[in-house]
Amino acid sequence: MTSGDDVVRVRQLVRSKAQSIRLSLVDQTKLVTAASELARNTLVHGGSGSARIEVVQRGGRSGIRAVFSDTGPGIADLDLALTPGWTSGGGLGLGLSGAKRLVDEFDIDTEVGRGTSVAITKWSR
Amino acid sequence: MAENDGQQLLELLLADEQALLDQWLRAASAHLQGRTAAAELERAFRDLLSALSKAVTSGGLDLDHEAYGEVRALLSELSRDRARRGFTPSETAVSVFCLKDALFELATRTGRSAEVLIVSSRWVDALGLLTFDSYVRAREEVIAEQSEQLMELSTPVVKLWEGVVAVPLIGTLDSARTQIVMEKLLQTLVDTGSEHAIIDITGVPAVDTEVAQHLLKTVVAARLMGAQCTISGIRPQIAQTIVALGIEFGDIPTKANLADALLHALRGSGVEVVRRRGEGRR
Repeated sequence: MTSGDDVVRVRQLVRSKAQSIRLSLVDQTKLVTAASELARNTLVHGGSGSARIEVVQRGGRSGIRAVFSDTGPGIADLDLALTPGWTSGGGLGLGLSGAKRLVDEFDIDTEVGRGTSVAITKWSR
Repeated sequence: MAENDGQQLLELLLADEQALLDQWLRAASAHLQGRTAAAELERAFRDLLSALSKAVTSGGLDLDHEAYGEVRALLSELSRDRARRGFTPSETAVSVFCLKDALFELATRTGRSAEVLIVSSRWVDALGLLTFDSYVRAREEVIAEQSEQLMELSTPVVKLWEGVVAVPLIGTLDSARTQIVMEKLLQTLVDTGSEHAIIDITGVPAVDTEVAQHLLKTVVAARLMGAQCTISGIRPQIAQTIVALGIEFGDIPTKANLADALLHALRGSGVEVVRRRGEGRR
């Protein structure tokens, strides 16, 4: 991902994957919105990065897993970054914390100077 | 050496101009299969040939020489025209490469050295690359124009009632589009003297924090101009997502659909909608 157009492409890809495993409309919208937030974070804070979207299976349920990685500056204070309303840029400061609430699983791996990788999963009900 | 090469090529170009032109036209039209008018093609090639002879006379083989200005202009005009008419890049470049066939034929017929073949081959290749570059540039211009047009198209501001205007938003809301929507909305508020604006987001597939922030900015700008703003078209899945994200719309009135928003705006401006006695549903 290198530009704003790629965020739109990620969103469309996530939506079509979510439709393929028959996620409910609400879950689809939540997942797409979370992916949109994280993709934009990757772009704005990481400069550029990659997104990988896949269908996963566990115990008879299917889900969508999306991983966003960048090699940007990393997050120095993760707790602060996850505080709703705190922003390092000009945004609303709800993206990262909101994305966490929108999905079932949320893993973040970050190191200052090395980059950030966020993995999210949404399971079908 | 280079001057000599240029001289040889020039001699070849001027040896039998009419035959060269005819041969070039024949080869090119075989590739184009009647997609351009013969007279048009002939005029274009004749202009090009005379420009080429002039360029080689004073500029030699160096395409960057200022003598090639006219050639470059003609070639980019040709490519631009082809690009806009939907020709493929190869269909465009092949017209120029066909000059090579014509030159080879003429060189063989008049018994020229192999050296002049190599020289003219390189020279035509360079001309072909020039054509290709202008083709790509022209296509990029077309794409940029289209996305701009799309942006304009997709943001109409409509008048719903005396003093009530609405913007139905469709698709992705990025900074550039928000800017256009905001400008149009604010201008329409002034032009129509409206006091109520409805922003309908039924056609926006996902509302994330960026979209929400853009919406809030638009509402604040409209309010500064004294208009009341309502956001309508909030579908159930969008409402749940907005709650989970923690976005607050504050005291901005929001409605599920445009009809409710219109009713809200009408009431706000003192219009009461009542059913006529004895008509319609009871």
